Amino acid sequence: MKGTSIFIYVFVMWILIIAGGGLLVSLIAPISIDGFGSMNQVIISILKAVIAILLVVVWIFVMSKIKNWIFQKHISN
Amino acid sequence: MLEKTIIGLMISAIAFFTVYSLTPILIKVLTKRNMVVKDYNKKTDTMVPRPGGPSILAGILVSEFVLYALLPSTEILALIITTTLAFLVGLADDRKVLGGWFKPLALAASAIPIILLGVYVPHLEFPLFGQVKIPELYLALIIFIIPITGNTINSIDVLNGVASGFMTIASFALTICLLIVHNYDIALASLPLGCVSLAFYKYHKVPSRIFPGDSGALTLGSMYGTLAIIGHVEIVAAVALLPAVINSFLFLSSVKRVIEHRQIKAKPVVHTEDFRLMATNDKLAPVTLVRLILSNGPMTEKEVGFVILRLTIFSAALAIITAFLMEIRV
Repeated sequence: MKGTSIFIYVFVMWILIIAGGGLLVSLIAPISIDGFGSMNQVIISILKAVIAILLVVVWIFVMSKIKNWIFQKHISN
Repeated sequence: MLEKTIIGLMISAIAFFTVYSLTPILIKVLTKRNMVVKDYNKKTDTMVPRPGGPSILAGILVSEFVLYALLPSTEILALIITTTLAFLVGLADDRKVLGGWFKPLALAASAIPIILLGVYVPHLEFPLFGQVKIPELYLALIIFIIPITGNTINSIDVLNGVASGFMTIASFALTICLLIVHNYDIALASLPLGCVSLAFYKYHKVPSRIFPGDSGALTLGSMYGTLAIIGHVEIVAAVALLPAVINSFLFLSSVKRVIEHRQIKAKPVVHTEDFRLMATNDKLAPVTLVRLILSNGPMTEKEVGFVILRLTIFSAALAIITAFLMEIRV
């Protein structure tokens, strides 16, 4: 089918969104730290925000690689 | 429930027929004032009136005010204010081309009523896994969502009928998703978006009799973004928008900066002798969704539009599946 690779790309993007959500909710959200007194909450919030931003960067990197992989032949045409 | 169904049918009809009846008048007024632009994808010199934003906004405002009169809520008020502010940003851009960064910043400012009226739930709901509470971060997210959805719809408005057809499918999918997650009041408020898009598509499809312009595209996009926030379906709404997100992603990852489409010198698409669309060989030209679709070979404008709409139906189906997954926990 003409343009099937774009449908695959949309599907991969969808899977990555769901997987990324799962990672955030089950692994990153429950992280907690002790030993900084009243600063615990602030430090953990900053840490979680940094991890979330890193995840977005990784997501963009992965999408970019997949795009190149799927469309390499198309773009070079 | 019966009462809400009747209200839904009524505001849908109001939204649809307002745009359906106002747009031909707007076409005449714009043509008379010589507010026309060239349609570059036509063989003969074709001038098309622009912008169609005023009739789109009229359809949204009339129907949402009727809904507000029948079922008053702060959410509808926020929807009306944010959408109107985004329309004004678009209208300013239609009259005078604004810089690359002005639009995102002005659109970010138009999201402020959502924060001031407090019509949001400060956590993100993910399918299968539940939610993350991000009270402070969510405020930043609101500021980001409106410029992203507005500009995303604006960036896909490249061919006759694509932006309005895309929004018709995506917004009706969003309404279905809101019903699935039992958010009936916001589902009602979302109905006019699909109806105005559908009515406008009648005049925007190939060959276009009017272009939505920035005012039309930003109005549709920002209303969609606001519905995602007040309906608490941010992830589902993002999934329904995936083809447009991909278009923006491809564009930004190839030009590597925020820039107006009009400022791009190398065009991603050129014409064949029989005036079909063809992907350019120019390595400096940005990669876009249309260019990728055309990498299979030249196509007519109508054919490319249908590929994008098929892709939108596919992502709308994924969004509906995502909404069902919201109800499941692993």
